[in-house]
Amino acid sequence: MMTFFYISAAIALISSVLAVSRSNAVHALLYTIVSLLSVALIFFMLGAPFAAALEVVIYAGAIMVLFVFVIMMISSGPVATQQERLWMNLRLWTGPSLLAAVLIIELFAVMSLPQALESTKSTVESKQVGIALMGPYMLGVELSSLLLTAGLVGAYHLGKRKSDASQAEGAEIHD
Amino acid sequence: MTNVPAEYGLILASLLFGTGLAGVLARRNIIFILLSIEIMLNAAGLAFIAAGSKWGQADGQVMFIFILVMAAAEVSVGLAIVLQLFHRIRTVDSDVANTMRG
Repeated sequence: MMTFFYISAAIALISSVLAVSRSNAVHALLYTIVSLLSVALIFFMLGAPFAAALEVVIYAGAIMVLFVFVIMMISSGPVATQQERLWMNLRLWTGPSLLAAVLIIELFAVMSLPQALESTKSTVESKQVGIALMGPYMLGVELSSLLLTAGLVGAYHLGKRKSDASQAEGAEIHD
Repeated sequence: MTNVPAEYGLILASLLFGTGLAGVLARRNIIFILLSIEIMLNAAGLAFIAAGSKWGQADGQVMFIFILVMAAAEVSVGLAIVLQLFHRIRTVDSDVANTMRG
């Protein structure tokens, strides 16, 4: 079990590092999807099968596909890749890598591994999660639905392309 | 079949978070910045799942569901804003979008 964890953790880390360092947007996206899938496998190994399924279906399956659509609309192909390559050099990464490294070391120090790491045997099944959601976390579920509705309305409104005629109309009305 | 110790999951979560943080700070393209933010959110979700696994409770997965919902709403609104921005300034360079009106 531990070897599987080490393998998927290595894949998650390597694909994340590659994802933030690519010049091609689609390549970075695909590496991110690989990272999400390996993290889903780690969820399964941590005894959270429901969260693993959700990670694959919603995160890798819906949110990343949204990214793909937007990149399709925005990116101009080889020109954009060339532009990214021009912007990125090694010196650019020293500052952020230093900050991130300090943060990671600090997080490790805070966690400070205990001497005996016990491995539990429990799996938290979907039924438990469902009961928790419909019981103590009912307020959170309702707030999530509010948030999603607000996100839906906001994305629809922001995504509208105003034609010039209606823009002139709007200027007249708001005068 | 025993689980993975939760501490290892926390270590991986902090490493992934640091990677996403470096990506947010170093990239100029707005799409890459949003992508790195998604990596950071996923790392935070992994930390919650690891914590829930340690105590054998459902709360970790519940918090992960809420993080997922928030990430979905944020990505949709954020990408709509990016599309509007691209419609106006014709580039996704975040250094170009550096002035406010008035």
